[in-house]
Amino acid sequence: MWDLFLSHYNYWIVIFLMMIGFYIVMSRHNLVKKLIGLNIFQTSVFLFYISVGKVSDGTAPIITQDISRYSNPLPHVLILTAIVVGVATTSLGLALVVRLKEAYGTIEEDEINDMDAAD
Amino acid sequence: MIVATNLALLAFLVITACAIARMRNLFVVTMLSGIYSLLSATVFVLLDAVDVAFTEAAVGAGITTVLLLGALLLSNSEARPRKHRFAHYGPLLLVILMGSALIYATLDPRMPKFGGAQAPAHTRVAPEYLRDTVRQVGRSKPTPVHIPNVVTTTLASYRGFDTLGEVVVIFTAGVAVMILLGGGTYRQRRRRGKASEAGKADG
Amino acid sequence: MIQHVVLRIIAKLLAPFILLFAFYVQFHGDFGPGGGFQAGVIFATAFILYALIYGLENAREAAPPVAAQIGVALGVLIYAGTGVVTMLLGGTFLDYSVLSANAGDGQHYGILIVEFGVGVTVSAVMITVFFAFAGRRGVLEEREDVVPTEEKMDG
Repeated sequence: MWDLFLSHYNYWIVIFLMMIGFYIVMSRHNLVKKLIGLNIFQTSVFLFYISVGKVSDGTAPIITQDISRYSNPLPHVLILTAIVVGVATTSLGLALVVRLKEAYGTIEEDEINDMDAAD
Repeated sequence: MIVATNLALLAFLVITACAIARMRNLFVVTMLSGIYSLLSATVFVLLDAVDVAFTEAAVGAGITTVLLLGALLLSNSEARPRKHRFAHYGPLLLVILMGSALIYATLDPRMPKFGGAQAPAHTRVAPEYLRDTVRQVGRSKPTPVHIPNVVTTTLASYRGFDTLGEVVVIFTAGVAVMILLGGGTYRQRRRRGKASEAGKADG
Repeated sequence: MIQHVVLRIIAKLLAPFILLFAFYVQFHGDFGPGGGFQAGVIFATAFILYALIYGLENAREAAPPVAAQIGVALGVLIYAGTGVVTMLLGGTFLDYSVLSANAGDGQHYGILIVEFGVGVTVSAVMITVFFAFAGRRGVLEEREDVVPTEEKMDG
């Protein structure tokens, strides 16, 4: 039982974080809050990739003479670029939120929907 | 020791995420998301992903927080309380169902164990990347290691197309923000406007 | 602009070291953790710190928005241009081995150049995005046709 817990703990935490992020995106009307929820979701996926890439007793994939066991470098590469792309897309989302605020005077999604329906 | 640290740090991550979900003051949420990023960066160090941890610490805890603060200054800093008391039960139920389904999926005996060296992810291309750190060349005639950081060689050489695409995505996002918010060149325009006014006054 | 003396002096002292550290991360990325993505972000952080303490106007003097906008495109150009150069030298797109007589050295040069391109684009995009958010109020004040949001809220 303890073995199962240790070998799956990271995956379960990832799923938990993913669900918290998803819940924030679905249940909160505030657009900035939604973006932060998306960020949590995104980070949970990063954590999943890095957890898969870990080799027990391995070390960071920087080649040195005395070490022969390294963690998998491929997930690191994928996630490294994904993080920076993530901040670029987040900034784009925030820019859209700012423009929505200027146009509607609010950043609550349901109020914006009501205004659109009233027109 | 590493196992215990892993357990503790991931538990902290969950606590921070729950706090983010509960808070309504967006400044607090922004600060908590900075803490969340820093915590995940520590987890990345623990899982041997030093490059990723570096990026997450600089980007997630640094730039994202500043951008969020900038956006909050231009919009509201407080989220409105929800109108309907029971509106969040639907999403909650859906999330619990989906989470249970995913956890059930991880119990499949074929799911690679955390840290296992025989997982499919470690047996295909990754050993090749590690063996021939100098890409393309290593395939035909092995050369001595010029660049010890495998993440850098994989990023820039072996998966160079991929990274080119990512840079173009960042470029596109930057251009899109400039289109939406203005490129920040208003000062020049104001100067020009003042100059033309001065010209009128003279005339 | 913040009038706090400690903050102003520390910010001024720190900025060059942050820039230097960014260059270290950029060009030491082959041997240790680091590379263009991280270095670009750290480079931008120095200007953002300067803008936070000394105000946007002074930061614009230090990093002209036009220069940052050129950098956004320049980095992608350096990256893709390296691919074109390798094609002209007889290799395939982004095959750095042809950049030098020794294939291993060629790979090393190629990786350095490409990472530099990444760093330029990332730092320029981060600076531009920050300026865009921070300068938004100024843009709105400029334009008469936009009603400021506060007045709209009251109505």
